[in-house]
Amino acid sequence: MSLAAISIENVSYSYGARRALNDLSLQIEAGEIFVFLGPNGGGKTTLFRLLSTLAPLQAGKIDLLGFDLASQRDQVRRRIGVVFQSPSLDKKLTVAENMRQQSALYGLSGAAAREAEDRMMRRLGVIDRAGDLAEQLSGGLRRRVELAKGMIHRPQLLLLDEPSTGLDPGARSSLWEYLQRIRTEQGVTIVLTTHLLEEAEKADRIAILDEGTLVALDRPAALKASVGGDSVTITTRGDVEALAGQLRQIVTEEVRVMESAVRFESADASQLAPRIMQSLGDQIESITFGKPTLEDVFIDKTGRQYWREEASDGK
Amino acid sequence: MASETVAPIEPKPLLAAWSLCQREIVRFLRQRNRIIGAIGQPLLFWLLFGAGMSRTFQLPGAATSAGVSFLEYYFSGTLMLIVLFTAIFATISIIEDRNEGFLQSVLAAPIPRWSMVLGKVMGGALLATLQGVLFLLLALTLKVNLGPLNFLVMAVFLLIVGIGLTSLGFLLAWRMESTQGFHAVMNLLLMPLWLLSGAFFPVPWINAQSPWSQVVMHWVMRLNPVTYAIASLREIMYWGMGDDAPLPGRGLPVEAYWSPSPVTGVVVTIAFAALMLGWACWAAAEPRSGDA
Repeated sequence: MSLAAISIENVSYSYGARRALNDLSLQIEAGEIFVFLGPNGGGKTTLFRLLSTLAPLQAGKIDLLGFDLASQRDQVRRRIGVVFQSPSLDKKLTVAENMRQQSALYGLSGAAAREAEDRMMRRLGVIDRAGDLAEQLSGGLRRRVELAKGMIHRPQLLLLDEPSTGLDPGARSSLWEYLQRIRTEQGVTIVLTTHLLEEAEKADRIAILDEGTLVALDRPAALKASVGGDSVTITTRGDVEALAGQLRQIVTEEVRVMESAVRFESADASQLAPRIMQSLGDQIESITFGKPTLEDVFIDKTGRQYWREEASDGK
Repeated sequence: MASETVAPIEPKPLLAAWSLCQREIVRFLRQRNRIIGAIGQPLLFWLLFGAGMSRTFQLPGAATSAGVSFLEYYFSGTLMLIVLFTAIFATISIIEDRNEGFLQSVLAAPIPRWSMVLGKVMGGALLATLQGVLFLLLALTLKVNLGPLNFLVMAVFLLIVGIGLTSLGFLLAWRMESTQGFHAVMNLLLMPLWLLSGAFFPVPWINAQSPWSQVVMHWVMRLNPVTYAIASLREIMYWGMGDDAPLPGRGLPVEAYWSPSPVTGVVVTIAFAALMLGWACWAAAEPRSGDA
């Protein structure tokens, strides 16, 4: 199973003067669960639109399942399932009618269509809502119908754009159970985008995108290990810069200044703690030790906070 | 257990088009207010104008003939208005499909774009025909006399007109982001297209003595493709009546109003529908970054 499901080479994409993807190259192996992680505006959605064949390729080359995206779009489309972030269900149609619509779009008719629709609605547990209008369903159920739609033609590759958006924790974990099941049982390659750090943890491999550039690509554990040691975060009521200055005299590691905290990674943080408390205790509001998280990875690779500018536009 | 991954599917563009066409009809029937809007207003206009204009309306040169009542003259115009409204509502839905997200799943499917256009246009055209036929049935209970064959031919013709107008609407709506924008286009382009088609007042007859404003009006109306559809509808309505038909050059004097020959009317209408449908398919064919 070493065949690449997706191969991306030197892909760039611009909206006018704004560059959304910057010379991106990477490979996704068949059968893996792969996550594109990044803050909003990082280029995930643009990449998703390219992979799902909705946006034309501007520069570079993408192969999906061995087919060239630019010249064999139709072959690609037959083999991939796509679950969009904004709901693609027709709210005025029933669940069953939405499924029938999808069947027709993928060339399924008659008994084959009925069999496929029933199978998918059963598998996603929405068969008892088959006769309900899509607008009457909860967000979690709608997402399940979207998944049922996306898998109706048994694709080898499933693309999901921010699949957890608007889902409660229960619905989120059942979504992941399902994804893991189809990967194991059917060998489906699963590629999803997310801005949620805890969701990315569940992937086999993670690519971190920031400002259209690939800043890291590895298994979650390896990414976290690359940060090195524990992270120490110190918050203060006083001047952050001054605190950082004093801290640099105590520790040899690189000290970063955040909004109201300083932070550094160290292999032996517990040894340093008493010394820090001793000399800077009066300035410290809190001191936190932690195993590195994906957030630390992001900060380490980009030098910026992950959750900044959360309210900015989601392109 | 990779056995579940079966051979890739074989797309069927016509099946997809038919399914999208059915969707248009199902959606329409679930939104009652659309039915009322599309047929109610033209019907109301027909009855009110028919009653209100009956004393003032007179075709030029037709003073001596028994003439045509406005209710009768305006009948084909009303039918056209119904088709136009329905076609417009059907194409506005492409903007909604895009905004609501439905369109992206269609565009990512392994079907050619023309199959999506065909589904949309056939859906709109069938709805327009359906409403037109409904109006015809209503009209039959009132004053209009229509033979069964005329009725049938009329229905087929309405479908062709519907294809032309829905395709035109699709062309206008395809790149639009809001339904508000479409309303502006509707008022500036589609309503004048209808008003200047002989639906509401006849195409003026011109000769060497005609004032220039009349000449301009004559040519604007003569170049309007909808004029030919209206003329054909009148032709079909009176089909089989021979020389008694209240049409210029037959039951009415030639100079009553200008009208294309029956063959020209039908040919132009079919050509317009084919051209618009082809254009719509072509316009939607290439993916762009703003598609969905």
